[in-house]
Amino acid sequence: MTNALDEVFRREAGRCTATLIRVLGDIDLAEDAVAEAFAIAAEKWPRTGIPPNPGGWITTTARNRAIDRLRRESTRSDRHRSAHRLHIDTMDPDHDPEPDGLDDFVDVVADDQLRLMFLCAHPALGDDAQVALILRLLGGLETGEIAAAFLVPEPTMAQRIVRAKRKLHDNHASYRIPGSAELPDRLHAILVAIYLIYTEGHTATSGQALTRADLSTEAIRLGRTLVELMPDEPEAVGLLALLLLTESRRPSRTAPDGTMVRLADQDRSRWDQALISEGHDLVVGCLRRNQPGPFQIQAAIAAVHADAPTVESTDWLQITTLYDQLYALRPNPVVSLNRSVAVAELRGPIEGLAALTEIDAATLDDYQPYHATRADLLARAGRNDEAGAAYDRAIELTTNTVEREFLVRQRAEI
Amino acid sequence: MPQYLIAVCHDGDYEVDFSTPEAQRLGTQVGAFNDDLQKAGAWVFAAGLHPASSATVVRSAGGVVSMTDGPFAETKEQMGGFWMIEVADLDAALEWAGKAAAACEGPVEVRPAQG
Repeated sequence: MTNALDEVFRREAGRCTATLIRVLGDIDLAEDAVAEAFAIAAEKWPRTGIPPNPGGWITTTARNRAIDRLRRESTRSDRHRSAHRLHIDTMDPDHDPEPDGLDDFVDVVADDQLRLMFLCAHPALGDDAQVALILRLLGGLETGEIAAAFLVPEPTMAQRIVRAKRKLHDNHASYRIPGSAELPDRLHAILVAIYLIYTEGHTATSGQALTRADLSTEAIRLGRTLVELMPDEPEAVGLLALLLLTESRRPSRTAPDGTMVRLADQDRSRWDQALISEGHDLVVGCLRRNQPGPFQIQAAIAAVHADAPTVESTDWLQITTLYDQLYALRPNPVVSLNRSVAVAELRGPIEGLAALTEIDAATLDDYQPYHATRADLLARAGRNDEAGAAYDRAIELTTNTVEREFLVRQRAEI
Repeated sequence: MPQYLIAVCHDGDYEVDFSTPEAQRLGTQVGAFNDDLQKAGAWVFAAGLHPASSATVVRSAGGVVSMTDGPFAETKEQMGGFWMIEVADLDAALEWAGKAAAACEGPVEVRPAQG
């Protein structure tokens, strides 16, 4: 029963919270009410069994509990409610939690989850805050779990979440789905936030383990939810495909002793074919819409890698072309860096280094992968002294112990 | 409806001189933006400010008022002017702020008013 309840919680917590925020007009009130409803469920469901519509049960129970509480505290509730009301412009202005509607069944509304995604990934919030809010409100993760995942003390994470909620509240942020004019930018912010959650799980920015599977799993779950909510947005599909294709390589990313294995050296027989095939179908499906975007192109690049049974048989020409397309959409030095890796595979390390010199080195001076890539290309071109110096800089910049060991090993092999 | 401050951010000291063609061009842009705000009913009030070097700090302690020269904040950055606007929500405020930044060709800061 505990497992079944956990599963319902994982699946429903974000959806219920999203609807309750609309019904109650207050994030904290909604969170507390959902937590209370799950506590009641944990006590009741082992006896009665899980109801046929657990999300609706939780949402209705949470709404009723919240209204009970507001009534009990009625002397201060008017002040409380008017002081904490989140601006809900899709509702009529006099909207209030129905004081006499306790018998009404409140079901989860899919659009509420989308509203909550847009709220959490509001561009007025910093990346860190967006990611934390998404995990807290949509993922239903405890503050302590989020803090542990990002290797920050729990009070730091708690403060980050409180500040973000307060900023949205003080600024009268609306609980709405943006109009078509702002939609592409606002959607991109959600995609970037989910991608950040994934990469944080994929390569821990610091600490011992190279992969933190929980965050990656959560990011994929959020990606799937977003595709369910916005099936006609090719970039949302592109993001999910990218995550699945990257995830397919997880089993071969680390050796049994925990050390990192480069893409070129990975045992491709261990790649997860089910994830590859799902990601592949999604890439084909969204590219057919002919509205290319950065996530679709990155997914296509991952798909080309996944198609190659050996590193030698990789279609580097296609990968170089895709990086050119990506650069045309998002001209940034990291894209150029990845492109020069592909150029080096296609035409040799000298050409790869030539492509690297086109990048303004100052913009990537603090970026570890730039120095690691340069070191590798220099070593392959036989410029060993320069390669050593570049490895030193890369080693100096890395905060991940597994990555550091890899770089130290590479440097020793020059 | 909530009100927001849109403050014009300057990196350092600036001149108040409307005689140059450059200043007149910016003035025309800002004037057009002001007209748009008023037509939309979002205008509360607005002002351009003299540089921070013109500021006086006034304190009151125990009924005694004292004055010192200079801005209160010891930063290079300063507010060159501001709008108070009244709009439905944050997104509307940010949209106006985007137009304000374009009109004055520099960054602006958006802050909600209390209440």
